[in-house]
Amino acid sequence: MSKRVIILLKAFVHLLCLAPFVWLLHLYQNGSLGLLPDPVNFITHFTGDWALWTLLACLTITPVRRLHTSLGFLIRFRRMVGLYAFFYATLHLLTYVLLFSGYDIPTALAGVQSGHLSEAWTQFKLVWPRMWDDIRKRRFIQVGFAAWVILLLLAATSPSAIMRAMGGKNWQRLHWSVYLAAWLGVTHFWWMVKPGVMSPLRVTIVLDVLLLARMGYWVMKKIKARRNLAA
Amino acid sequence: MLFRKGPDIRSSEITPEGAFQKHSQDRRQFLASAAVLGAGALAATRFVGMLNPATKVFADTQKLQTIPSQYNVTETQTPEAKATAYNNYYEFGTDKSAPARNAHTLQTRPWTVQVDGMVAKPLTLDVDSIMKYRPIESRVYRHRCVEAWSMVIPWDGYSLAEFIKFCNPLPSAKYVQFITDLNKKQMPDLPFGFSFPYSEGLRLDEAMNPLALLTFGCYGNVLPNQNGAPIRVVSPWKYGFKNGKAIVKFHFTDKQPHTLWNDMAPDEYGFYANVNPTVDHPRWSQAHERRIDSSPFPKTIPTLPFNGYADQVAGIYNGMNLKRFF
Repeated sequence: MSKRVIILLKAFVHLLCLAPFVWLLHLYQNGSLGLLPDPVNFITHFTGDWALWTLLACLTITPVRRLHTSLGFLIRFRRMVGLYAFFYATLHLLTYVLLFSGYDIPTALAGVQSGHLSEAWTQFKLVWPRMWDDIRKRRFIQVGFAAWVILLLLAATSPSAIMRAMGGKNWQRLHWSVYLAAWLGVTHFWWMVKPGVMSPLRVTIVLDVLLLARMGYWVMKKIKARRNLAA
Repeated sequence: MLFRKGPDIRSSEITPEGAFQKHSQDRRQFLASAAVLGAGALAATRFVGMLNPATKVFADTQKLQTIPSQYNVTETQTPEAKATAYNNYYEFGTDKSAPARNAHTLQTRPWTVQVDGMVAKPLTLDVDSIMKYRPIESRVYRHRCVEAWSMVIPWDGYSLAEFIKFCNPLPSAKYVQFITDLNKKQMPDLPFGFSFPYSEGLRLDEAMNPLALLTFGCYGNVLPNQNGAPIRVVSPWKYGFKNGKAIVKFHFTDKQPHTLWNDMAPDEYGFYANVNPTVDHPRWSQAHERRIDSSPFPKTIPTLPFNGYADQVAGIYNGMNLKRFF
């Protein structure tokens, strides 16, 4: 595949990954966000859903690439899709910190605009006890936050220079934790919903299929290796 | 029976004479029709119109005739469009936007309501006669969902106490259970994994508190299906899930009735479910609530004990450990 086509495709994937975020901004701009019954709840679910979906899209790339040698070029999109997963997970976390927690945005903004930058911090200190309480007490918050920390580490170590500095083996080991992050993310979803609510089922099935595909590939490789050894 | 008096009634809120005459007339008709239905005998032709379930009293108009009430909070009301588009009503889907889309399939007329259990006489009543039994008051209540969001909603109805007195429970009755309709044909989105029909209930002294509202409308209109048409309960000092919708049965009993969410997750949803900022839900704090208004980023405000109705209802629970009986 030519460099030109790859650049075009990359631009296309960027647009695709940004589309949900642009749509959210659009909803805010044209006022329809305020017409939604519970905008904060909507933003929370929207960003959480897209964090999971982009993460799963990222995890789909490797198994699909293995289907055929001609699909090898897909690897070039894995890092960017993964970074978008981190982007949506961060928006999701910010929604919690700035909207869900009760952080007083208008007061903070008014303070900042009148030159009192510390107002943003003062407001944060007001809601921080509540957040700390959540982190201490609630396991769905704990696993969700753990997933975000993993994604942060992976994003921070994603540049090629860092990969070279770490050494391929170490880097690979660290980046296998993306499965853990996905699993924690899905667990976060299940532990958040009421008992009996099945909304996390779809992402769970997709994640399970992806994990099975990897295990299948791994078993096949072992069998092949043994055959080669025997031959 | 604990029956705390509310604030003094202002003269403007006294029922006008005309309304009273009308309502006492309706009351007589109601009592008569109930007696006929309950006994299942003596079809008095005078009441055929009322007994005929096809009678659609409010079919041609969605507006309700209401009188003012003393039970109003002055906080900004939640826009009607939001209160009627954000509903936990799992019979029509587990997503809060689903009932507004799906609940139109429920046919709310004809609608009969059973009264049974520990009552002097079991009754079968038409919802329209229940509706006409007392004048419909407009009451602006806070509505606090267990999910830590809240609304301010003008409900239309009359005190559940009035209806319970009419039901004539035996002295041995200690609880009243509300059973919601279960109609798989009219509820195609009924989710799996829940022990429907929806069941909720109150201790009788709670149900007799004048704040507990037998509700037929909101925002001056007949209840939209997603908000619990044609008849529901609103107990504003409790989390919203206590308020049974589309009620088909009032069951009086001496034992605490099983209730759906308490059965599903007893550690998350207590039988009492009084709004209490000091008792957390296992998955979130109940100390604050997001007040749904017209803003894209609504304010988070402190949650009040008994949802701000402590003056009227706290006495019911004297001597009770509300952390244990949450």
